[in-house]
Amino acid sequence: MERTDAELIAAVLQGDTASFEPLIVKYSPRVFATARRYARRESEVEDIVQEIWLKSFNKLGSFRGDAPFEHWLMRLTVRTCYDFLRGHQRNRETAFSELTEPEDDWLNRFVTHPEDASESAAAAKQLVERVLEQLPPAARLIITLLEIEERSVKEIAELTGWSVPLVKVRAFRARGEMKKCLARLAKDKYL
Amino acid sequence: MKCRLMNLSELHRKLISAAKANPPGDSVPYTFEKRMLARLSGRPALDAWGLWAHGLSRAAGLCVVAALLLAGWSSVLPGTNTETLSQDVQTTLFAAVDNATADAPLETQ
Repeated sequence: MERTDAELIAAVLQGDTASFEPLIVKYSPRVFATARRYARRESEVEDIVQEIWLKSFNKLGSFRGDAPFEHWLMRLTVRTCYDFLRGHQRNRETAFSELTEPEDDWLNRFVTHPEDASESAAAAKQLVERVLEQLPPAARLIITLLEIEERSVKEIAELTGWSVPLVKVRAFRARGEMKKCLARLAKDKYL
Repeated sequence: MKCRLMNLSELHRKLISAAKANPPGDSVPYTFEKRMLARLSGRPALDAWGLWAHGLSRAAGLCVVAALLLAGWSSVLPGTNTETLSQDVQTTLFAAVDNATADAPLETQ
């Protein structure tokens, strides 16, 4: 019979490290998908996920069990991804003049015939990743959680550990940063 | 100019929709869980002797501090003098010998 998360965690806490494996198998897809929102290179993604599982193993004693393990793990995941973004801020501020040809075409299509610029195009996905990479860490996290994943302010507060008013302030600033970034994109391309 | 024609709010909406339409994959690298578990199992075990030695050294330090405080306190106590203290120490040290001598049967001629 398959053991529950609580049983597996209790076994790990009693020294049975092998009982941690089913938890890794069960939740890694979600952890990897989350990490891929913040890191582009697969080697970076795997480093982040390894760090998340190491942290979760070391801090398992602090898991009280009054909420599902998955919630606790996702909080740890989001906070580790945020730490990663803060640690890699140097890579930001690349010029939008270095757009690839498909990205350039998509933008031209958006300007001339906006209805033809499909959201499902690969170029649009690359472009949004490029724009998100230009944002400061807190702004990128907020835009991802609030607008892309469509989470509520309360959920974001729980995931990040920030207060609800702080999330609202940061969301306001993040939208401003995004707007500035898009204005820069337009300026770099057409001026 | 095209820059002025570009609707930034619409571009924002389109790009966010693009991100929603293309969620990242949730694939897990082959045998990731095995590698992770090997890494967790390979961590150094808790060093019980190290912990004991660490605790002992801290306790030794505290004992030295306590001894110094007591020595200082006893030297400033009123009515305490070195002669009395040395006599007390001598009495305590030789208490066992004195008792043994006192308890021994007297040898008569």
